Amino acid sequence: MSLDRRSFQQIVIGAIGAAMTAALAIPAVSYLFAIPKSRSTKKDGWVDAGDISQVPLNTPEEVVFRRTRVDGWKISAERATAWVIRKGPSEVIALAPQCTHLGCAYHWEDSHKEFQCPCHTSSFSPEGKVLSGPAPRALDRYEAKMEGNRLMLGEVRRSDA
Amino acid sequence: MSNGTGKRHPVIEWLEDRTGLPGLVEDFLMEDIPASSGWHQVFGSIALFSFLIQMVTGILLSFNYAPTPGEAWNSVRYIMTELTGGPMIRGLHHWGASIMIVVVVLHMVQVFIWGAYKKPREGTWILGVILLMLTLAYGLTGYLLPWDNRAYWGTVVATQIGASIPGAGPWITRLLAAENGIGVATFARFYSIHVLVLPPVTMLLIGLHVFLVRKHGVAPAPVETAPKKKFYPGQVFKDTIAIFITFCILFALAVTMRVPLERMADPTDTTYIPRPDWYFMFLFQMLKFFHGPLELVGSVILPNLAIVALILTPFIDRSALKAPSKRTLAIGVVFLAGLTWGGLTLAAIRSTPPSEAVDVTLIKGPEAWQSLTPIELAGAGFYKRENCAQCHSGAAGPNRLGPDLLTRAKGKTAAQLIEHFRNPSAKVPGSQMPPVHLTGGEMNGLAAFVLKLTPANAALLDSVPAYAMEGAMVYQKNQCGACHMVNGVGQKMGPALNGLSERRNRDWIQEHFVNPQKLSPGTNMPPYKFAPKDLDRITTWLLAIPASGVQ
Repeated sequence: MSLDRRSFQQIVIGAIGAAMTAALAIPAVSYLFAIPKSRSTKKDGWVDAGDISQVPLNTPEEVVFRRTRVDGWKISAERATAWVIRKGPSEVIALAPQCTHLGCAYHWEDSHKEFQCPCHTSSFSPEGKVLSGPAPRALDRYEAKMEGNRLMLGEVRRSDA
Repeated sequence: MSNGTGKRHPVIEWLEDRTGLPGLVEDFLMEDIPASSGWHQVFGSIALFSFLIQMVTGILLSFNYAPTPGEAWNSVRYIMTELTGGPMIRGLHHWGASIMIVVVVLHMVQVFIWGAYKKPREGTWILGVILLMLTLAYGLTGYLLPWDNRAYWGTVVATQIGASIPGAGPWITRLLAAENGIGVATFARFYSIHVLVLPPVTMLLIGLHVFLVRKHGVAPAPVETAPKKKFYPGQVFKDTIAIFITFCILFALAVTMRVPLERMADPTDTTYIPRPDWYFMFLFQMLKFFHGPLELVGSVILPNLAIVALILTPFIDRSALKAPSKRTLAIGVVFLAGLTWGGLTLAAIRSTPPSEAVDVTLIKGPEAWQSLTPIELAGAGFYKRENCAQCHSGAAGPNRLGPDLLTRAKGKTAAQLIEHFRNPSAKVPGSQMPPVHLTGGEMNGLAAFVLKLTPANAALLDSVPAYAMEGAMVYQKNQCGACHMVNGVGQKMGPALNGLSERRNRDWIQEHFVNPQKLSPGTNMPPYKFAPKDLDRITTWLLAIPASGVQ
């Protein structure tokens, strides 16, 4: 069948419409979804979270420290929290302060010797293992190391199931 | 969409029963238009399309834009330097504004020459004039939003013109919160007008405008001989082709002409020469012809007279419809207006000195390595090439095999260091460091680099890009510093190379290496035949040397 004038015009209208949509969609999608350039190359270094030599062994302690964060077009200094458990003179665990279920801030319940989340009653062991509730995996941990008496914290590592 | 056979897809049929939408679309597309309709009537559709582009790109920009002074500039910088596609989206919005003004004016010129504003289409024309004003209002308010020097100083002039209007001046100034100069409230109001006030008003008026076009029908020729035809697909096809051509121009502009972001707005900058965007240049120029009490004539009276004349056009010209080729007066008016506008704009451009403002988005941050001298940069290159970092750390940090160079190199001279590089165990008994095999010049560079290390700049080692190190190595090897100066080091026989990128482009530099006499007749510079890789590295580095030595 030969292409009549009308069909030809309809095809061209459709093709041009599709081409222009694609030409706009490609930069728009990369603009919205691509990771900002410096954030994808910059690695956060270790942050000094202070002297924790007075924290008793095997007892969770909330440690508040300052860190800087690249936040869009700003670099903001902010306060951040870690739940720290000293296992020995140079051995330490630092838990990220959010429940792995939906991100609520949990707290240490000393009477039960467990972390409890106020939102949906998940509870965790001092090492961060799930004891009960809907939390899908253990608490996330900061990379942590001791330099003398000072706790150094790195990035948060996502825990395995 | 109906293909004329009258049989609809069941889904379309379902939608029709529930909403009536397919029928509406069909009525719209199957509108009868005069047989004389054609290419000259595509501009309205392009104008609508331009508006849609501005809407989409404007919304996208707002996703990463902070509408407060200071923050605004930072967020635009972020869009331009950090976001993939950011310069493209901003480019589309910036150039789209210019395109929209061009298209709206072309649309108006076509309607004017064809006399399509005549009874009963006066209302359509007046709405069109208002839409032209709204388009200019977008340009005026959007100009401030990047909050760079260009934005700030351009808006200072614009608000001062508004303030000079007798009677209304103080009210306008107060409405724009510009009584004490351009401030946070001025900015908020410009932003609000640009994104909250103008778009809904524009959409409403476009709707009315199109409604009136449909009500009165597309303007016919004085004599229509052939029967009417359908809007779709014939005219839609022409509109689509015209839109596509416009889109291609816009796309090409956005890709090739990077929209600059100048330094952040600085009210104390006394050297900045404000200039409006090109479409306001003629007004800017006209103000130069009127002084003292007459200034109002140029700034307020003439522009407003022009607007009034535009609005009254259909009531002034009430003669019978004629073919455009016979409308000599209308063509003459357009020609004269175009000539006046063009002359004023040209005069403005010629009398305004070229902008010396710098596009800050092209400066890759305050990078410390850019302040290093060529010999130090080359030294960093040797440091890397000789794998010094395997055993030495620049800063105090995790201990490595060798001593950290910050503390160890302190107080040493370059000669002592070089002696140690050549024969490590002679200076430091028991040292496990292997001797470094470099030429004398290379040794100097390495020593200069090690001596330059401070706690603050120890991170330099990681931040110096490879092209800078390799480029500087080529530079040192060929003793370019015997004639040229970089960051204050070298001789002055040839031109200093700081800020070369503002004077020359890549091709020029590369051709100049090969044949200096051709591009700089009478120069003392001998030709250099570098290997392609060396040529690439040294050119890239030369172009990266900042205009003034970074501190």
